This record gives sequence, structure tokens and C-alpha cells, in this order.
Amino acid sequence: MSSSFTLDGRTIEFAEGQTIMQAALAAGVYIPHLCYHPEFKPHGSCKLCTVTVGGRQTASCTTLAQAGMVVESDTPALNDERRTLTEMLFVEGNHFCPSCEKSGDCKLQATAYDLGMMSAHFDHFFPSRPVDASHPDVLLDFNRCILCSLCVRASRDVDAKNVFALSGRGIRTHLIVNAKSGRLADTDVALDDKALQVCPVGAILRKHKGFSVPIGRRVFDLKPVSAYVDASAAIGKERP
Amino acid sequence: MNVAVTKKLKVATTSLAGCFGCHTSFLDIDERLFDLLQLVEFDRSPLTDIKRIGACDIGIVEGGLCNAENVHVLRDFRSNCKVLIAIGACAINGGLPAQRNHLSLPLILQEVYHTSVGLANGLIPNDPELPLPLAKVRPLHEVVKIDYFIPGCPPSADAIWKALTDILAGREPALGHGLIHYD
Repeated sequence: MSSSFTLDGRTIEFAEGQTIMQAALAAGVYIPHLCYHPEFKPHGSCKLCTVTVGGRQTASCTTLAQAGMVVESDTPALNDERRTLTEMLFVEGNHFCPSCEKSGDCKLQATAYDLGMMSAHFDHFFPSRPVDASHPDVLLDFNRCILCSLCVRASRDVDAKNVFALSGRGIRTHLIVNAKSGRLADTDVALDDKALQVCPVGAILRKHKGFSVPIGRRVFDLKPVSAYVDASAAIGKERP
Repeated sequence: MNVAVTKKLKVATTSLAGCFGCHTSFLDIDERLFDLLQLVEFDRSPLTDIKRIGACDIGIVEGGLCNAENVHVLRDFRSNCKVLIAIGACAINGGLPAQRNHLSLPLILQEVYHTSVGLANGLIPNDPELPLPLAKVRPLHEVVKIDYFIPGCPPSADAIWKALTDILAGREPALGHGLIHYD
């Protein structure tokens, strides 16, 4: 038996135990998100999926749907806040799109485009974060990490390897690699690990595959992130 | 719409720590330049070769801030322009020049003028006429108020045309899918 709630005035059916995000995606309705991925337990950290339920803000990826809820998502006020969150992600790291192989396939970039982010607004941190190029087949560029924890969840829950973790707290939170040396080359990560397929940005990149799909024909060149509803499958797809 | 434009808007442009790619892309609006020239006239700009900026309605600045002269020119533009537009990745986030920001400036100068291959232990240029480099490359909005941003590296001619016509029409510039790019 299914119940329903309304999302921006539209009736959304849901099954018991589904979150607002799950029900919305199943109904083909886009709610902006970066740390959510349908195959993993929600993390609720990026806050881009924030909606209002009865006027109160909550993360739609961690809030269970309930019958009769009145949910608002696509409002100017919420989209302004989402744009601000996205701007903060851009200034906290080093997101230099012209030099990034992920450009055009990047969920952060596509989400910023979709929200109409014309500049990052805030002062740039320009943090110093050396890359880890130790692994022969994988590049780990911490400059682009947005701490979504998808690689952490994939490595823990699917690969059962715990190669990645988030360390530190607050603004000092950062991605670490589970090896005494701290280098990716000294872990048992393997190329077909789920952890290497789920990065929404250009932090984890396959080497030797650069520009196999030219700029202009990439996932978000074809259509905007909102038109995919959930772009996880499209950006995780192995390229020819 | 048939009212004749009696006074054209004055527009100044400059490239700071940029590569002139945004200016080149601007010229790619091609024959639309004639439409634009119905509405604007150019003051200081590489296109006119006028060296000093006068009172302007719109200033368009390409490139970020990598030295003291860049800051001086930017402040000059800000105080002379009613509306200031940052164009391109370098103006908006520092761009390619800002990729030096995680290195210390003395180390970079050492590397470039003393230790890198092919140089016979040259001197670090110190002519007083040369503007001093900044410790870190900065985007424009961190130093002066910027009214509008046109992202891209460079923004396409169509993106520039869309943003400029929006601004000239008094609208908030909006680049939809396909026009908004950071690369």
C-alpha cells in the first residue's frame, strides 16, 4: 500500500520507509544533490537537497516521507541557499575547471551551472593540497574533493576494503587514504572497485583515459543535471 | 523601440593577469559588433588603444590580479565605471595564474630566474618600473565590488553576447545550459 505527499504542489507516491529524495527520484522529480547516491546509505552532509517540510528545512535524503507532508523544493529562496552552498564548495577547494579532466562530467560543476552560479562570490581559500599520483592507474587530487564521502561509503559498504575515510572535523575535515604511508599506491584498491567509480567531481580519476570523450560531448554537455533527475548512473558509466 | 539612441554608453575594457583570450572571444561576436556599436562607444580598450580611462558607463575586465599594477588599473576602472563586469575564469577565480598560489613567490622567482634549465643564473628583474608581483593571485571581486560576472575560459562569443545584451537591456544576465561554462 502506498501513501503520498506533495512536492511543490505535485502529488508524490511513496512506499513505507522511503525518504523524500527516494520518492522524488522514483517519481522523476529532481532535487539538487551532491552527496546522495541511490546505491548508498545517505550521508546528509552536502545539504544541497534541503527542502522545507511544513515550512521547516530538512535534508530530503535523510528525511522519511510521511503521508500528507507538504514539501517545497524548487523555490527561489531554497535555490539561492543551494547556490550559496555551491559557491562555498568552490572557494574551499581548488576547482579550476579548465585543467580538470572531469569538466563536463562533473556533478559539482553541472549543479553550479544549473543553479546559475556566475561566480563563487566569496574569497577563495586557495588551500595547499598536494595530489597523490602514487598509484599507477589512479590519480587522487584532493584539491577537488568536496567531502561527499561516496568513495568512503563505496569502499566500506561495497568493496569491503575501507581504502578511504574522512578525517578531522569542521573546516579541517579532509579525505585520507588507509595506508601507513598515506599513499593510494600502498592500499589494496583495485581498478574495478566501486570506490573509484562514484566520485562526483574530479578528485578520483582514472589515468590513461584522459579526453577519451571530447569536451562538448560529455554527460552534462548533452543536458543539464536537472534533466537527468539522478545523474549518478550517467557519470559512473565506464567510458568506451 | 523606435526612439533614437541619443547618447551612446561608454565602455572600457582591459586585460589584467589574463591572456586576451576573452577579448578575442568578444571579437568573435563578429557582425554583431555593428549592432553593439549602435548602443556603445569604446573608451580605454586594447581595441581603441586609448591608454587612460575616462568616465564610463560599463567597464569590462579580463584577467585576475597578479601584481600591483593590476590592482591599480582595476581600482581606476572601478572609480570610473558605473557598472563593472568581470569576464572569464581568471577575473572570476584567478584562473591559470592562480595555480601558482600554493607555491611561495620567492621559490617561484628562484626557479624561473636561477635554477630552471637553460638559464645561466640570471638576475631576478628588479627595475623600479616593473610592478611588484602579489604573494597570491586574486580574483577581482576580492578587491573591488564587481557588478556582473561572465564565466568561461574564455566565455563563448554567444555567452558574451547574451550577457552583454541582458545587461544593456537592464536585465540580470543569465546564461542557460550550453552557454554557462567554467572551462
